[in-house]
Amino acid sequence: MLDDADRRILRQLMAEPEASAAALAERSGVTQSTLTRRLAALRKKNILKGTRSVIHWPALGYEVAVSLRVTLEKSEPRAFDEFIAAAREVPEVLEIQTFLGVVDVRLEVIAKDMAHYQDIYRGRLLTLPHISEIDALMQVSQVMTRGAVPL
Amino acid sequence: MSIDLDDTDRAIIRALAEDATTNAGELGRRLDLSQPACWRRIQRLREAGIFRGTRVDLDLDALGFGVSVFLGIKLATKGRVSLEDFERAAAAIPEVQRIEHVLGLYDYRLRVVARDLSDFERVLRRRIMTLPGVGNVEANVLLSEERRPGPL
Repeated sequence: MLDDADRRILRQLMAEPEASAAALAERSGVTQSTLTRRLAALRKKNILKGTRSVIHWPALGYEVAVSLRVTLEKSEPRAFDEFIAAAREVPEVLEIQTFLGVVDVRLEVIAKDMAHYQDIYRGRLLTLPHISEIDALMQVSQVMTRGAVPL
Repeated sequence: MSIDLDDTDRAIIRALAEDATTNAGELGRRLDLSQPACWRRIQRLREAGIFRGTRVDLDLDALGFGVSVFLGIKLATKGRVSLEDFERAAAAIPEVQRIEHVLGLYDYRLRVVARDLSDFERVLRRRIMTLPGVGNVEANVLLSEERRPGPL
């Protein structure tokens, strides 16, 4: 359902989301009106869901980032729903993912410093329902993020 | 923390984190600011490094990337293989979306996309398991994901 022109446009858009329509059209090898029409169609099909600014949390004073890996009590049928609903109530939780594998749920948590993290961990995270096991990976540095998939 | 934020600044950050294409005029109208005043605030936030960049959100399934996998990787020969070598080689794999150096059970956390599970197996065997210094690898296949607004 995507043709080569769509792919070229998406590749250029992923490479530089803030590029002007004129620049994107030229790099994709299409006219500006084709670009506008194709982007509108991709949005309508919800293939292109949106463009967002990524917040750099350390600049807002959140220096600590932790990947919290949780295994849930599988004997409780509502464990996933109740755990996730409760995790949404913790403001410092940035991402919630569920998995097939060793880990059931992962939370990306930020905190201002280690003391703040310890408060959140003890007061808000360890108290989340249906946790069977929990371990943490502390982020030392973000080495790379790629805004593009190999289309 | 070097920048003082008021509620309007926080509302601007939230709005741009939802939709980066919102322009200063539109955002100003929503927040009861003039276009120039809103533009100045956005500039000030950008200059303070509040934003790390702009991302396009795509329906990866519809684009043929049906599988996302989170990998935990332990290096086998720490000290002998340089972290830079591992990082450089991992960053060169097009399917790798994100690399984090972490402390804990693993040394690195990777996010990888693939077309399907057999494509993931190819990436894992040919590209990941051959990375310099790679030891124990744990793979978790992503089932669902949601992003939260964060503490603003």
